[in-house]
Amino acid sequence: MNTAIEFQHVTKGFKGASYNAVNDVSLSINEGEFITILGSSGSGKTTLLKMTNRLYDPDSGNIILFGENIRDVDKVLVRRRIGYAIQQVGLLPHMTVAQNIAIVPKLLKWDKKRIEARAHELLELVGLEPKEFSSRYPAQLSGGQQQRIGLARALAADPKIMLLDEPFGAIDAINRLNLQDELKRIHGGLKKTFLFVTHDINEALKLGTRVVVMNEGRVCQFDTPENIAKNPADDFVKSLINSCREQEKFWEGLT
Amino acid sequence: MGEIWSNILLYFENNLDAYLTMLQRHTSLSLRVLAIAICIGMPMGILCILFRKQQKWIVGFFQVLRIIPSLAVLVLSIRLLGIGMGPAITALAFLAIPPILMNTVAGLEEVPFFMLETAKGMGMTELQVWIKVRLPLAFPLILAGVKTATVEIVASATIAALIGAGGLGQIIFQGLSVRRTELLLIGGISVAVLSLTAVLLLDLLDCFLQRYKRGVST
Amino acid sequence: MELLRFAQRNYNLLLRALVEHIQLVLIALVLSVLLAGLLTLVAMYFRGAGSLLTYIFSIVYSIPSIALFALMIPVLGLGRTTAIIVLVLYNQFILLRNFITGLGGVDSGIVEAATGMGMTKSQLIFRVRLPLSLKPIFVGIRLALVSTIAIAIIAAFIGAGGIGLLITIGLETGNNNRIIWGVILSAGLGIIVNGVLVFIEKKIK
Repeated sequence: MNTAIEFQHVTKGFKGASYNAVNDVSLSINEGEFITILGSSGSGKTTLLKMTNRLYDPDSGNIILFGENIRDVDKVLVRRRIGYAIQQVGLLPHMTVAQNIAIVPKLLKWDKKRIEARAHELLELVGLEPKEFSSRYPAQLSGGQQQRIGLARALAADPKIMLLDEPFGAIDAINRLNLQDELKRIHGGLKKTFLFVTHDINEALKLGTRVVVMNEGRVCQFDTPENIAKNPADDFVKSLINSCREQEKFWEGLT
Repeated sequence: MGEIWSNILLYFENNLDAYLTMLQRHTSLSLRVLAIAICIGMPMGILCILFRKQQKWIVGFFQVLRIIPSLAVLVLSIRLLGIGMGPAITALAFLAIPPILMNTVAGLEEVPFFMLETAKGMGMTELQVWIKVRLPLAFPLILAGVKTATVEIVASATIAALIGAGGLGQIIFQGLSVRRTELLLIGGISVAVLSLTAVLLLDLLDCFLQRYKRGVST
Repeated sequence: MELLRFAQRNYNLLLRALVEHIQLVLIALVLSVLLAGLLTLVAMYFRGAGSLLTYIFSIVYSIPSIALFALMIPVLGLGRTTAIIVLVLYNQFILLRNFITGLGGVDSGIVEAATGMGMTKSQLIFRVRLPLSLKPIFVGIRLALVSTIAIAIIAAFIGAGGIGLLITIGLETGNNNRIIWGVILSAGLGIIVNGVLVFIEKKIK
């Protein structure tokens, strides 16, 4: 199996913080995996993600994408090969849905026909009727629809790696479940490597083929959801699992 | 009333050419100053964002300049530069730059950080982030600054008649010195209509450019 | 040096111009705030009145002051009263915009909580909205004051006296000293008043 992403002793600190945001993290991720990174705010999960597309550069350590050290590749080129979606979505309000999806293909100078066809295909993939939605502006979309367009935009140039930073964090519980299912479906059909940051343990365990649990800049455990649930590696992971079990009891008490 | 009305008609009968010349001078002076103020104010606003340390000083300077009454600025420019079109343009530009500059700074600062980061995350270069994201998102506020500047320019260009800039202000000042009601009305209404027309045009432009906010698709 | 000598000789002239100017500005400001306060109350009680009033006064505000002065003379004649009326009209846009957005901008959670406790509309305005929007109200008054100082100078053309008179007479008679003192006093007054009010503004939470 191909290794898609490799973090080698990656460390990153910010001025004025008492501990490193990311502290000596080493992970090896295979092509086609759906990796969720679980942690509370300040755990370093977002910092780790942003180093993958060089929005931040590590203080020390290396990040290797498909055998290539990204330190040696121009930042802009690294980013154009990677899809990126965030909680606030960040659709450009003065561009239509189709124009938003076309941003990266345009940067890559695709021809017009190919861009149009791609936008059409992506809208269908994320479950929005192309005819109805391509000429709408972001202001005319609901939160869930905006995030679907955010995903389509990130997928536009057919990147091998997708970085998703709490993409469903601001979406109500019912829509969130739908979007999670669809993201899983999209991943299954595409053979892409997903890195998905979340602070929601249910989401992390549901979506991830493997889960990275982070706390205070360190990786507590990196394993399949089953193994994490069965054999939590340390007290922090144990407390996470316990809090979930508590909730389960609460539900059982109700029914 | 009847007398004023016939005096107004009489004025246009005898002075139509002079009136049109003044209107034309007023408009062209205002447009020229506006162009200069945009060409200086916007780039300076951008520079303020690029060089944050100097921003405080530049913005502070123009903030003080804005407080100084426009008549004082105009009169000062006669003292320093003499009478005529050149000094008038310079003085008016000084009055028009501050709102454009400050709104450019405010507009650019208001662009949320995550917008810039997603743009970068998609692989835009620094320049592309500016052209495709920062400036378009700052544009509504910049345009509001241009509108404020336009009102200021049309108003001060009226007073600049005192320092030899020509324009419709001449009619008002003549009316004041010879106490002629019809001149005050002709001058006053012309200047008011000119200013309101400019504002209306800029409002229409604003509506057109921001149609995406109302969500009307093209 | 010559400037200083001029000031020494014409001390009374300069002082009178300054005092007259401050009087004119203060009278206009007090009336402006009273009218704007009244209109704001109207806007609070009648939906839509606020945006309508703001829109109407934004049109007035877009008319250059010298033109508005010229248009008022046939109706009201020359003199201070006309000047004050025009100044009050101009200020309405600045004040209303700040008052209405200030009072309307109070956190909706607080407003709901107060309504839930059983406050009437008037109690809500005077006990909740007003105390919580002192800052925008004060900012509005500062902006109006600085703008009034500047426009009042142009009012000298219609016989309102004040610092503007130094400049207009100076321009007519070619007296440089008068003009320069007019510039110094007007700019100085604007900058000092603004500076003091910004200082006070920072103390308001």
